[in-house]
Amino acid sequence: MEDKNYIRERFFPHIWCPGCGHGIVLNNLLRAIEQLKLKKNEIVMTSGIGCSSRISGYVDFHTLHTIHGRALAFATGVKLSRPELKLIVPMGDGDALAIGGNHFIHAARRNIDITAIIMNNRIYGMTGGQFSPLSGYGTRATTAPYTNIDHDFDVVELAKAAGASFVARTTTYHVKEMADILKQAILHKGFSAVEVMSQCPTYFGRKNRLGDAVDMMEHYKNSTVRVGSKKIEKNPDLIERGVFVEKESPEYCSEYDKIIQKAMGTSA
Amino acid sequence: MAKPKCKELIINRDWCKGCGICIHFCPTNVLEMDDEDKSVAMRIEDCICCKLCELRCPDLAIDVVAEPKEKETEN
Repeated sequence: MEDKNYIRERFFPHIWCPGCGHGIVLNNLLRAIEQLKLKKNEIVMTSGIGCSSRISGYVDFHTLHTIHGRALAFATGVKLSRPELKLIVPMGDGDALAIGGNHFIHAARRNIDITAIIMNNRIYGMTGGQFSPLSGYGTRATTAPYTNIDHDFDVVELAKAAGASFVARTTTYHVKEMADILKQAILHKGFSAVEVMSQCPTYFGRKNRLGDAVDMMEHYKNSTVRVGSKKIEKNPDLIERGVFVEKESPEYCSEYDKIIQKAMGTSA
Repeated sequence: MAKPKCKELIINRDWCKGCGICIHFCPTNVLEMDDEDKSVAMRIEDCICCKLCELRCPDLAIDVVAEPKEKETEN
């Protein structure tokens, strides 16, 4: 595999459980980066805390493993000081939308050129299976043995409303689509939010009797449709995948440069 | 154009955790689980080099090597 150049092989086999979707995200993120022919030196990956955030340890780019929920804040700092670098921020659902919920909406609002990948496994896996803001009503978790009464966020709608200029959703079953979407997201100038539905067979799967990793991926295949598909009219429970928003809007670093020029111009 | 043929299907046994994703989703049923709960290519002659096992492997343990295209295989 050509993309072995991009990993730190000494840390493999990785820490994720058998069948964990996060490995599939890593696999196809590397392929996307390889197909874009990006150099290791051009990429900075920052991540927070959680199973998903361990990903930054396995890739041989510039990496920052930071504090819980704050990966986007660190990424904003890196991007503003070195705007020529590509920032990729993989986050878990809790890391992105609970602990780092504010950072997420404000990074989207500013439209800073960062690619946020929300690896949504609907649970806090690392700490033992507590429910997250994406677990959803009626699901079970270690902390919700009689089912969860919290409703979940729709990551796509949230990112859209917050002003992200690229918003997409895919799953670990649809691997070729995932690599395509990640490529588009990395190339997009502005804030890109990509939700990848990723199975956690150990906690979410087991607590909700969804079977093993294979069953959960079959479920992604059967419960999702491409955006704009007519199937959703017959069955509104289907989840749409694909690119929902792709628009040009002023990017934060470029706007900041303009302000610097304006300030220098007037003071000169 | 000859159909792509698999030359080698390498599975890194140190990295494979035996989740069975590659085995289940293989369209031509090439892979099987062995006694040690690791995936092995049992029917490599059936492999069509779609690489879906390689792409879906969470452990980055699979490498599908296709026959070079120039080399025409007997039909």
